[in-house]
Amino acid sequence: MSEQKKFMTLNMGPQHPATHGVLKIILELDGEVVHRAIPVIGHLHRGVEKLGEARTYIQNIVYTDRLDYTSAMINNLAYCLAVEKLMGIEVPERAKVIRVIMSELSRIAAHLIWLATHALDIGAMTLYFYCFREREKILDMWEMVSGQRLTPSYIRIGGVLSDLPNGFMDRLKSFVDTFDAYVDEYDKLLTKNPIWIARTKGVGVISKEDAINWGLTGPALRGSGVKFDYRKAQPYSGYEEYEFDIPVGSAGDNYDRYLVRLEEMRQSNRILKQAIKKLPEGPIKAHVPEIVFPEKEKVLTNIEALIHQFKIGCGNFSMPKGEVYASVENAKGELGFYIVSDGSSKPYRFRIKSSCFINLSALPEMVKGSMIADVVAVIGSIDIVLGEIDR
Amino acid sequence: MKEIISSFAGVEVYDGIDCITVKVEKDKLYDFLKFLKTNESLDFNMIVDITAVDYPEEDPRFEMVYHVYSIKNNVRIRVKSRVKEGDSVDSATSLWKGAEWLEREVYDMFGIRFNNHPDLRRILMTDDFKYHPLRKDFPLQGIEES
Repeated sequence: MSEQKKFMTLNMGPQHPATHGVLKIILELDGEVVHRAIPVIGHLHRGVEKLGEARTYIQNIVYTDRLDYTSAMINNLAYCLAVEKLMGIEVPERAKVIRVIMSELSRIAAHLIWLATHALDIGAMTLYFYCFREREKILDMWEMVSGQRLTPSYIRIGGVLSDLPNGFMDRLKSFVDTFDAYVDEYDKLLTKNPIWIARTKGVGVISKEDAINWGLTGPALRGSGVKFDYRKAQPYSGYEEYEFDIPVGSAGDNYDRYLVRLEEMRQSNRILKQAIKKLPEGPIKAHVPEIVFPEKEKVLTNIEALIHQFKIGCGNFSMPKGEVYASVENAKGELGFYIVSDGSSKPYRFRIKSSCFINLSALPEMVKGSMIADVVAVIGSIDIVLGEIDR
Repeated sequence: MKEIISSFAGVEVYDGIDCITVKVEKDKLYDFLKFLKTNESLDFNMIVDITAVDYPEEDPRFEMVYHVYSIKNNVRIRVKSRVKEGDSVDSATSLWKGAEWLEREVYDMFGIRFNNHPDLRRILMTDDFKYHPLRKDFPLQGIEES
């Protein structure tokens, strides 16, 4: 007669610092070994997809900021690309380059917050302060262009909100020139650190085949050795004109995902350097009076422009009917927007495809048979943001 | 690509604004998805998204929308299928593991059930929630006693 094994059930979260937000995981434990992990999500559910159906296409931009709030600008871009695809808008060259600059700054900012908190979870506290030192500089730049640090809504349908302010390029240049040395500093602190290696190597392994089958995207997929990045595979916003490499791992463990992200920061910096050289003069918004606001100066001096702004602001515009899906490679993976338009100024369906949602769904498989302490490391390593998962 | 997809009997293939779109009957949906995944030249090995759209005035009421991606061909396609209220759809979890949570979300938000799903529970709303919030007849401000 076989003896029925009894497992202990432990609730990890939702109020737990290592779950990066309000994530709850029900752990069934055999001693300290995880027999089964069941993530429970939805604590941060705001119903963004429902809200999106009740707001106009322009108003919806601010909801996108609040998805992955560590890299808000890329989310703006993904949404705007979807609407632009639907309307067939071609964005001016200068706006495209500004969008790339903002995307790569977002990627660096998101990876910094990941590295800071992931290292803190595992016990390397010094890095936390280093990473936030650099992230602060990026947030300052966002404040310069939009007045906001966390939720800029700077990228708009048809271009960007306004031109880069005086002094922005100087700040960007000084950031870009110094950043590589900072990444080397993180590298020195962690890559050969025996404690770091013990906590990350061989932990949270997911094979190449499994990673694809689960539909993982971003560093979680590349860490398993799949050379796949939407910036290369289906370039948007002029990414085909930049030179950069896609770092890949091989083992699919925490350590490889760490190496991939570290290298991605260097590659993002490389793209930024090219973008600074490339940045052309010219308009920053497409000329599409149906949906793009007139220039502020004109609004304040010209009654027709004022009426025009008022009309669009009140949602008095129409859209082509149809459906469209557009996606970008954000810091966590593929962020996609599927929009169904019935011709009115509000989307009929406003669907957000979140990479974190899918990456997290593979967590039970990644932690099965590992220790409780490793669960913390794996959550940090797949890099989730609950704002995007719960929507 | 279009020719190979059209070789599957009974599907309607056309170019959408952004990608090839396929309309398929609900009864053939699973077989068609399996064809996309297993056909060697198509090789749609990655699930991108599964969702639904509610058209309360139309019959069948719901439309399932799948986005699948082939890394080998670097192509994304959209598969759509109409589903009646109360009908259930064959789950795609046996093809792509990533479909598990996506289908749970469709069940949670629209009330469409899936056959052969390993763990069909609500995912974003609480277990005792009675409604399906992304249906068009669910009010934006919510329902008081829920």
